Amino acid sequence: MMPEKNLITGAQNTWCPGCGNFTLQFALRNAIKGLIADGVPLENIVLVTGIGCHAKMGDYLDINSFYSIHGRTIPVATGIKLANPDLTVLCCAGDGDAYAEGLDHLIFGAKRNTDITVIVHNNRVYGLTTGQYTPTSPLGFRGKSTPQGAPEEPFNPLILMLASGAGFVARSTSRKMPHLSGIIGQALRHKGFSYVDVLQICATYFNVSELYDRQGYELSGHDPSDFSAACAKAEEWDYNSDAPIAFGLFYQEEKPSFEERFSRHPASPGSRKEQIRAFLEMKR
Amino acid sequence: MNDISVLTGGRAGDGINSAGLLIAHLFNQMGYQTYMYFDYPSLIKGGHNFTITRAAEQKIGAHRDRCDYLLALSQDSVDLHRHLFSENTVILYDSGRVHGEGQGIPVEAILKAEQAPPVMGNSCIIGAFAKSSGIPFDVVETVIRRQIPKAAAKNLVIARKGYEAVREERIIPRIGTTCCPLVTGNEAIGLGLLHGGLDAYVAYPMTPTSNLLHFLARAARNFPLTVVHPENEIAVMLMALGLSYAGKKTAVGTSGGGFCLMTEGFSLAGGSEIPIVVVMGQRTGPSTGLPTYTGQTELGFVLHAGQGEFPRLVVAPGDPEQAYFWSSIALTLAWKCQVPAVILADKTLCEGTYSLDEKAIGPPETSDLQQSGISGQYRRYSITDNGISPLQFPPLKDAAIKVNSYAHDEDGITTEKADMVRLMTEKRQRKYEALKGEIDALECVKSYGTSSARTALLCWGSTLLVCKEAAKRHGFGVIQPVVLSPFPEEQLKSVIEGTPNIISVEENTEGQLRLLCHQHGIPVASHIAKIDGRPFSVEELDARLGEVP
Repeated sequence: MMPEKNLITGAQNTWCPGCGNFTLQFALRNAIKGLIADGVPLENIVLVTGIGCHAKMGDYLDINSFYSIHGRTIPVATGIKLANPDLTVLCCAGDGDAYAEGLDHLIFGAKRNTDITVIVHNNRVYGLTTGQYTPTSPLGFRGKSTPQGAPEEPFNPLILMLASGAGFVARSTSRKMPHLSGIIGQALRHKGFSYVDVLQICATYFNVSELYDRQGYELSGHDPSDFSAACAKAEEWDYNSDAPIAFGLFYQEEKPSFEERFSRHPASPGSRKEQIRAFLEMKR
Repeated sequence: MNDISVLTGGRAGDGINSAGLLIAHLFNQMGYQTYMYFDYPSLIKGGHNFTITRAAEQKIGAHRDRCDYLLALSQDSVDLHRHLFSENTVILYDSGRVHGEGQGIPVEAILKAEQAPPVMGNSCIIGAFAKSSGIPFDVVETVIRRQIPKAAAKNLVIARKGYEAVREERIIPRIGTTCCPLVTGNEAIGLGLLHGGLDAYVAYPMTPTSNLLHFLARAARNFPLTVVHPENEIAVMLMALGLSYAGKKTAVGTSGGGFCLMTEGFSLAGGSEIPIVVVMGQRTGPSTGLPTYTGQTELGFVLHAGQGEFPRLVVAPGDPEQAYFWSSIALTLAWKCQVPAVILADKTLCEGTYSLDEKAIGPPETSDLQQSGISGQYRRYSITDNGISPLQFPPLKDAAIKVNSYAHDEDGITTEKADMVRLMTEKRQRKYEALKGEIDALECVKSYGTSSARTALLCWGSTLLVCKEAAKRHGFGVIQPVVLSPFPEEQLKSVIEGTPNIISVEENTEGQLRLLCHQHGIPVASHIAKIDGRPFSVEELDARLGEVP
């Protein structure tokens, strides 16, 4: 591996030229460097990835990683966090991972308020399987599985996360590296479930740079503690029409995390074997 | 030989399971070995539930097709079980609900007079049973004080009324003074896992292992144990692998349908070499099948579950002592060899209650694997002689611990290079040999009474005890492989040598163990199948053995 300070492994990078993942990789690395500067030991950071182009992040970043399977980043991350709440656990998931194959886990991650960060590389297309529509592709998307155009409207994942109880809901884009770094840094520092939808271009199958550049704007004057305002802002663009697309922190609420609420009774005195004997005595 | 069967029947919600268990405790106090079978449909209130509590002088784990005492809390309890009655059957019934012959007890009136809740009707009927069978009331008192400590006084008043409402009919003699712990198979599995060092248990409720989830969730108050019930079995398996990756010895529990959802994670565990234990309680399939009944149809499933090739441990305990012992071993070996392990049980074992022989449960003290010292950069999948790489958990200073579902190199980084893929496949194959070495050091194939027998019953899992009992009547031996993967071929061949006639007894159609034996060149002449969701009774298996040519 390369020297640690780079946080980049020697693995050969196989993303397409112009891929939005490069921006994400460096934004993420910068955010992690920020955490380290805050005093978080590098070895306490664990990255969980799904399957898809995004997931190669697990190979490319020189940090603890669990390169899991399609759609399952969140349960893995939840298990790691429960095992050791001192770890900083983040997930990189694709839109196929988080919104299709593993949508249930995303909702339950938000519902539980597990203290993990979920970054969704939302390029609104299946890249690695060579171009099919995803839950956030626009209506009529012509992919290889929908040559006549996708017959479904996309859903709005921000609304979904707000409804599910997520305490940190943000959106950024691979078109704005400093903004993205900043949002990821905030997400990593938020105690509880942090969700960041990253509108990322797919250079090969769905390059909508022009749309994000034209319609995108950074939130200002928005109060992220105002749930109703967050919902209204999230409804502004429905992932389908040509409306303004806000980037920034939509909603933030501090509440107890799953790990904190998880009841841990102080273990009774005595060894395991004594406890087993005591149980058997009761059953006599 | 004293051998007594008590059938207790009522509607779901009547607490029939608890009543049967209290009777088992009465027998326990009278010095008997006991076993309780609980038969219930998949509903919450109503329907017909019954328990058969059996007591004998020797160890038992099967029910008989007879009823020496019937405790009827519903009319069905009389009407549906008449074929089990003999002229000596003692019938005690709740006269408010049942038109019966025998002795009626006005349960409702007694409860009303004492202003006791309906649930205490059990104590009334149990008091009556004690009187009719000559069990002294002080034994009832001991059992109620121990088993219902929170409401002992009131229950004792009710039990006394039941005791006084009937006359003595058929005496059950005291045969000893030592009592055993009475445990379910689920409890034995849970205790074995705790013995082996279980740190976390993750499960989604599913019969017949839901009670293991409940038991461990309560145990989490006394043990340093994390118990989680996530959104589905897919999350269960993946959450468990997250816990294992971070160093927690973790098990999951389910039945066939849940295990279907877990198989993608099971394969991930195999390929990424993350230890995990799966408690797989079989029930009648296919699909939803009979949720609350039994079967042995998943041996082939667990042996082959998951895409790709990877070593796995599969153990199938046949009684609560083996359940304790092998659950502990399964956890230990899963971690030692970094493989997934399956504890293959079924409804009969999971939800049956047995007298536990404490002397027979202690697993050997297995040492943790001697890990070679880590020199230089830590590599999660470093290639070693026995295929087992040093296992470390985050946070580890100056190291990135990378696990990967893709084909990977020693650092855990994805590779598609032919040589590396081959090396890693060979590494996992060497772990199979390491695991085989571990199990070869243990007695993986149990045999009973085979030394002089020309015929032996071949069985696995919960049919062990019914096989032992029925085989004795025919002078047959019993052979039971407890470990089914890696297949203990040499041990089985050496046990079978000298017994020319082998009959497999399995609760499936074709004999899944029998077919496995054939693959290993072990002939199994005949097969006795049971495919109706019910466990064999001693009489039924006895009769089926008589039909084998």
